[in-house]
This record gives sequence, structure tokens and C-alpha cells, in this order.
Amino acid sequence: MRLLDLLFPERRNTAAVARDRLKIVLAHERASRAAPDFLPALQKELLEVVGRYVEIRDDMLRVNLARSGETSLLEINVELDGAVIKPVGNGSGGGRTRPAPPIVVAKPDPGSDPPWVKPG
Amino acid sequence: MAAKVIVLTSGKGGVGKTTSAAAVASGLALRGHRTVVIDFDVGLRNLDLIMGCERRVVFDFINVINGDAKLNQALIKDKRNDNLYIFPTSQTRDKEALKRDGVERVLDELKASFDYIVCDSPAGIEHGAITALYFADTAIIVTNPEVSSVRDSDRIIGILASKSRRAENNQEPVEIHLLLTRYSPERVEKGEMLAIEDVKEILSIPLLGVVPESESVLRASNTGTPVVFDDGSPAGQAYLDAVARLLGEPRELRFLRPERRSFFRNLFGRA
Repeated sequence: MRLLDLLFPERRNTAAVARDRLKIVLAHERASRAAPDFLPALQKELLEVVGRYVEIRDDMLRVNLARSGETSLLEINVELDGAVIKPVGNGSGGGRTRPAPPIVVAKPDPGSDPPWVKPG
Repeated sequence: MAAKVIVLTSGKGGVGKTTSAAAVASGLALRGHRTVVIDFDVGLRNLDLIMGCERRVVFDFINVINGDAKLNQALIKDKRNDNLYIFPTSQTRDKEALKRDGVERVLDELKASFDYIVCDSPAGIEHGAITALYFADTAIIVTNPEVSSVRDSDRIIGILASKSRRAENNQEPVEIHLLLTRYSPERVEKGEMLAIEDVKEILSIPLLGVVPESESVLRASNTGTPVVFDDGSPAGQAYLDAVARLLGEPRELRFLRPERRSFFRNLFGRA
């Protein structure tokens, strides 16, 4: 059997790989194409505002627009797990030396999510 | 019949837009329709070479838009077919010279004397490509069975659905067709190339034709003779079939079986 495999290596069907990759990337791109143009700008500004109070990375804030039938839903997810509160910038926060305590975020109960929140 | 504006577009470069525009326009002319083929690729003029009239270019599209020349001074009459005219573009580097209202004026003037206005779009999704597809009644999406080409085609289909004049005016949408070029049945059989069904399923637009990868296409461009004038060429025949389908005539797909080359043909290396 081994010898046979060596003599006649099974050629991978790369066309099938191409087809599957295309299907996934195009499904993603078609969904984002339908999104309004302001979403990236909104996401950037929200990051700036939230970032003034909490140390946050770009990937911790997600903006999404979902449509179903007549209803449009703007979904803004801010992940604060382990985020650190920044001293409030009112001019008197400079003396603070102790790092702010991390925000404790309750783990969401899988059953309690509102219907529009995607799992994960 | 009201004149029809057909744009050949793809997003990706090098997939065969100009070859296909030349072939489709020539095919329509061979079928007796008065046809003009326009080069929208400002700054990178090439349709003139593919049509074999590069030494006859005096005035161009931009000259006519700017009012520096009359339309009949810029149109080049094809020497092989009386129904066929070539409208070359300019080699200017100012791509914005293709003003939308100017293009509209020229297209309206052409509509008075032609049945089909075939537009060869530049690659990309910049000004020239958008201008070329804006006025389209029909779009032929030239696609290779290859991931980047299929993805870019999908992008262009999205742009046609949102940015064309028909979309902006809430008219009947642009009629969209898929033209699959550089198709190699041998490689599809080996599982090395996306098959027709794959591309059709992914893009979900109707198939106008499949043009096999063929040596005759390079021969055609070498000599400046659109490939449909080469009677012995499978690619030329495939383009003529596509033109027939465009005119509403059903045609079976051809040249999709892998070519079995004999030992001696391989030995002497000539198709």
C-alpha cells in the first residue's frame, strides 16, 4: 500500500480548495458590501471615546449592522474583559500611581443573550 | 431597434477584456449589425493594436469629448467588415479627462448610427472603469477560472448593481453575462482548475460563453486580427457562439472536452 502511494501519489484537488476558499471569502465580502459606508468611521470614533476611559485594543470593539426584513439593527460590541480603567483626564489624575483595578465582567449566561447577539 | 451599450469588464487585468471586446464587436459586425467598439482605457490604449488599426489613429475619444474633433474624424472604419468601427482612446495621462457628461454626449451621438456600442473597460475599479460601466445596458463579465479573477468579478457585479446609471435611476438592472475565458478542459479534468459549474455557482450570473485557452488568441493579437476572423480557431468559434447567444440564439457549449494529443503531435509540438 505504501509503495503504491509512493508510486501514484494522490493529487490534491486544488480546484475544490479554490472553490471553497472563494465561497467563504465572497460570503464575507458580500455581507460587508451591503453595510453603509459610515461603519468604519463610527468604529474609529467609538474607539477614541471609549479609549479615553478604558485601555482598549482595536479588536475589542466591533460594530455591525444586521438586517432582517424591515428591521435594521446596529450592534456595537465592546469587549472589556481584563480592560484597565484609565485615570479620568480632569487634570487631577496625574498623581495616581496605583494601577486601576481591572473591570470584572460577568461571564454572559448563554441563555440570556438578546436574540441579535451572535454567539462568540 | 434602440442601440445597445455593451460593456466588457472584469475588475482584474489581463483576463482578456480587450481580446473579448474585439472578438464580440467583430462577431456582432459579422452578423450584420452596425457596431462600434470603444477603448475606455485612457492612457493605456491597446484596442487599436488588437484591432490592427494602430497606424490609422488620428483623433481619439478625449479629442471628441473636448470638442477638438468630430466623431466621424475619430472613428476608424474596419478594413475587414463594413459594419465595424473602432473608436480609439487617448494616450493622455490625465485619466479624469473621461468626463461623464462628455461620454454621455458621445454615446448618444453614436446611438443614432449604430446598433451596438461595445465598450472595452480598463482594469480596476477607478474612474475609467466606473465610467465605462456607468452607461451599460448589458455587461459581459470577463472571468478566468482562477480565484483572484472570480473575486474581482464578484466585486464588479456588486458595483454594476449599485453604481450604474440604471441602478441610480431605478431602471431595469443592467443585464449581466459571464464570459469564461482561458478555460482549459485538461486542467479542469485533473482537478487543477475551477470548472464552469463552480464559477457559475459562485457568481450566480448566466453564462454567455466559455472560451478555451488557445494558441490562436496570441496569433490574433500578434497580427492585429480579432480571433473571430480566424476560421480554424476554437477560441474564435467560441466567441461567435457567445455572440449568437447574446443575440438570443441558443447554442450548445463547445470545445469543453480535453484535447487528446497524439504522441506524434506532442513530439512535433504543433497544434
